[in-house]
Amino acid sequence: MRTDLARWQFAFTSINHFLFIPVTIGLAFLTAVLQTVWHRRQNPDYLRLTRFFGTLLVINVAIGVVTGLVQEFEFGMNWSSYSRLVGNIFGAPLAMEGLAAFFLESTFLGLWLFGWDKLPRRVHLATIWLVALGSVLSAAFIMSANSWMQHPVGYVMVRGRPQLTDIWALFTNPVFVWGYTKVILASLVTGAAVMLAVSAWQLRRGREAALFSRSARLALIVLLPTILLTMLVGDELGVIEAKYQPMKIAAAEAQWTTCQPCSFSLFQIGGGNDDHTPTQILEIPHLLSLLATNHWNGKVIGMTPLQAQYAAKFGPGDYTPNVFIQYWGMRVMAYLAVIVFLVALWGLWLARRRTLMSSRTFLWVATWAAILPFLMNTAGWLLTESGRQPWIVQGIMLTRNGLSPSVSTTELWISVIGFVLIYGTLGTVDLLLMLRYARRDAEAAPAGAETGEPVPAMHY
Amino acid sequence: MAFVPFWYILIAILWTGFFVLEGFDMGVGMLNRVIGRDETGTRTVVSTIGPLWDGNEVWLIVAGAATFAAFPDWYATWFSGLYLALVLLLAALIVRGVSFEYRTKRDSRRWRSTWSWLLAIGSLLAPLLIGIALGDLLHGLPIGADHEYTGSFWDLLTPYGIFVGLTLVAICLLHGAIFIGMKTTGDVRFRADRFARRIAPVTAAFVLAFIGWTHVTAGRGGFLSPVELLAALAILAAWALAGDRREGWAFTATTVTIALCIISLFVDLYPVVMVSSTNRAYSLTAHNSASPPYTLKVMTVVALIFLPVVLLYQGWTYYVFRRRLTDDTYGPAAATTPRPAVSAAIAMASGRGAGQAGESGQARAGGRAEGHGPAGAEGTPPESRPGSQHPLVTESRERWRALLSGVGRGPKRGRHQ
Repeated sequence: MRTDLARWQFAFTSINHFLFIPVTIGLAFLTAVLQTVWHRRQNPDYLRLTRFFGTLLVINVAIGVVTGLVQEFEFGMNWSSYSRLVGNIFGAPLAMEGLAAFFLESTFLGLWLFGWDKLPRRVHLATIWLVALGSVLSAAFIMSANSWMQHPVGYVMVRGRPQLTDIWALFTNPVFVWGYTKVILASLVTGAAVMLAVSAWQLRRGREAALFSRSARLALIVLLPTILLTMLVGDELGVIEAKYQPMKIAAAEAQWTTCQPCSFSLFQIGGGNDDHTPTQILEIPHLLSLLATNHWNGKVIGMTPLQAQYAAKFGPGDYTPNVFIQYWGMRVMAYLAVIVFLVALWGLWLARRRTLMSSRTFLWVATWAAILPFLMNTAGWLLTESGRQPWIVQGIMLTRNGLSPSVSTTELWISVIGFVLIYGTLGTVDLLLMLRYARRDAEAAPAGAETGEPVPAMHY
Repeated sequence: MAFVPFWYILIAILWTGFFVLEGFDMGVGMLNRVIGRDETGTRTVVSTIGPLWDGNEVWLIVAGAATFAAFPDWYATWFSGLYLALVLLLAALIVRGVSFEYRTKRDSRRWRSTWSWLLAIGSLLAPLLIGIALGDLLHGLPIGADHEYTGSFWDLLTPYGIFVGLTLVAICLLHGAIFIGMKTTGDVRFRADRFARRIAPVTAAFVLAFIGWTHVTAGRGGFLSPVELLAALAILAAWALAGDRREGWAFTATTVTIALCIISLFVDLYPVVMVSSTNRAYSLTAHNSASPPYTLKVMTVVALIFLPVVLLYQGWTYYVFRRRLTDDTYGPAAATTPRPAVSAAIAMASGRGAGQAGESGQARAGGRAEGHGPAGAEGTPPESRPGSQHPLVTESRERWRALLSGVGRGPKRGRHQ
C-alpha cells in the first residue's frame, strides 16, 4: 500500500510537472525567435507577438517552477532509502541543475519581464535567449539523472552501495544522449503546437489575420521537422532501450515469447499481464524487428524468458512491468505523433499556397491538435518509467526498497490528497488563464516598437 | 582536501544566501496588502521584488539539491522525517509562487484579494516552517541508529524549532519592510518605514532571545561567540536605523543580522548535521552522512565555477533594478499585461474603491484617492510638503478616534486637506 501510494504520488506530480515544462522550453525558444525577428526587422508585429506569447509563457512558467519544487523535495520525502543509496550519483546532476540552469533561467526571466525599458535592446534580447538556454540546460541535468536510473553507468559497487566514479559517463550514456534529444524535440513540438493552436484560433476569429498568420507560419516551420525528428529519435531510443532494458521493450510490445523476426502489433484486444494471448487486430510483419533492432530479422526476447533470467540472477520476484500501460503508452505516443506530423504537413502545404487563413477545417483541427503533444508526453513518460518497474534503478534497487521507512500510510494519504487538490485547482486556474490570454486581442504595438525608444516593461 | 568541511560550509552559505535574499521577498509578500493598502500600492509593493524573487528562490532549491548530493544521508533523514511539515511548506511555496504571476491576471477585486492573501499566508508559512526545520537540526529529533526518523509529526514542533521559525518570520517582516522603504517613494515608502520602525523592537527581542537560546541549545557553555555577539550588535543597529529615510543602512544591518543568525546556527551545529534526541551516538554528522570524495570533488569544481558567475549576474540584476518605484508606474492609469480599454476603466474605479474598505468618511476617502492618483497629479511626496503633518499620520489618529467613539466621522476640520 505504501509503495503504491508513493508511486501514485510521484507519477501524479511528475506527469503534472511535465505538462508545463515542455511548454516552457518550447515557448521560451519560440518567444526568443519572435523577439529576434523584431530586433532584426523592427517590424512592430513581431514585438506584439513576442509580448503576446511571452505572456502565455510566463503564466505557464509560474506553475512549472512550483511543480518543480515538489519534484526535488519528493526524492528525500518519499524515497529516502533510494536517496541514501544513490544520492552520491543521482544528487550530483540535480545540484548542477540548480547551479548552472535554474539560477540562469529564473534570474534572466525577471530581467526579461521587467527590463524592457531598462536594458539596451541587444542585452534585453539576450535575456530571453538565456531563459531558453537555462530551460534546455536544466532538462539536460535531470535527464542525465533519470537516464542513469534506466541504465546505470560510471559507478562501482562498494559494500552494496553504488558509488560514482565517472561523472562524464552520465552524459555519454546512450540512454541520455537519445532520451534528452527526444525530450528537447518533444518540447519544441509542444511549444509549436501550442503556438499553432492559439494562432489558428485567432485566425478563425478573423481579426489580426496578418499578425497571427506570422506566428502560425513560424509554428508550422518549427513543428514539421521537430515532430519528424522526434519520431526518428524515438525509434533509435527504442533500439537503445531494447539493448539495456529488454523487458521494457518486450512489455511495450506485449511480447511474451521470443520472436525472430517480430511483427508489430498495431492494435490488440486484451493483453494485460494475465493475458498472454491477446486478440491481435492488425500486425505488420518485420516491423517490430526493425523498430527494436534496426534489422529486418532482428530478435526481440520475450518477457517470459526475461523473467526467468532475472529471477535466476536477482532472486524470486515479479520482474514484468504493467503490460497494458506499456503497450498502450507506446502506441498512444507513436500514433498521435503521426497525426501531429500530418497536421503539420497539411498546415505547411496550406501556408505555401497562402490559403492558411481561409481553411476553416484546418484551423479548427490545428486548435484542437494542441492537446495531442500533452497526451504524447504523458504516454512517453509512463512508457519509460512504468517500463522500468519493478526497478527504481535498473538492476540495482527495487522500487519498493527505495521507499522512506519513516513515512506512514496516513501521512502518504494526506500528501497524496493534498497534492491532488492543490495541483487540480492550480492546474485548472492555469488552464483557464492560458485560455483567457490566448483569446485576447494582442496589445497594440507600444510606441518605440519601430523607433529605438524604450518599450514599456511587461510586469505583474 | 577537506571536502567534507568545505561542503558543510557551502551548504551553510547557501542557506544563508537564501534567507538574506528570500528573507525580504517573504517580508514583502507578508506585507503586500498591509503596506500596499490599495491596488496601486499593492502592485508597487509586489513589484519591488517582481524581477528578483524567482532568482532568489533558487537558493532554496540549490541548498536542498546540494544537501542531496553532498550529504545524501542528511537529505534523506531530514526530508523524510519532516514529511508533513514539508508538504505544508511546499503548499505554501506553491501558492505563493503562482500568486505573483496570477494575482493581476484578472480585474476582479475578489480574485486579487484572494491572491494577496495567499501570497501573504504563503510568505508567512515558508520562513516559519523552514525555521522549524533548521532549528530541529540543532535541537535534536528522535533518530535511530539506522539514521531514520522515529518520531511523529508533532515531535517536529519542538519549542526551540518553533521559536526559530517565529524569529525568522520577525526578521523577514523587518527586512522586507525596510526593503520596501528602500525601493519606493511616497505613501508606500512612508508606510513601510513606519512599519519597520514599529516592528523593529519586536524583531530585536526575538533575535536576541534566539541568540541566547541557540547558544544554550548548542550546549557549548561559555560566553557568546564572536558571531553571536556581532549578530546581537547587528540587530540593535537595525533597530536603531529602522524607519530612517536612509533605508540602505538599515537594510545592511538586517542583512548582516540574518546572515549571522543562520551562520551561528550552522557553526553551533558542526560537526553534527542532525542531532538525535534519542541518543547522541545516533546523530548524523557531516562525516558519516557525506558522499564519497569523488562526488564531492566533482561538485566542488562545479560550484567553484558557477557560484561566482551566479553571484555576478544576480548582483547585476539588483543594479539594473536599483531605481525606486513610483506610483506612476503602477497607478490606475498604467496597464498590466495587455488589457482592453474597458477593463482598464474598471480597474481605475476599483483601484480607488479597494483602498476605502473600512474607512469612514466619503469625502476624505475621495480626497486620499486623488492624493495618489494618475501620474503627475501629485508633484511632491506628502511628507516633504512644508509645514503640514503627513496626511497618513492625521488619518491614523482619525481612525483611532472613530474607533473609540464608535461612530463614523467626516473629515477633520483644520490643518489637513
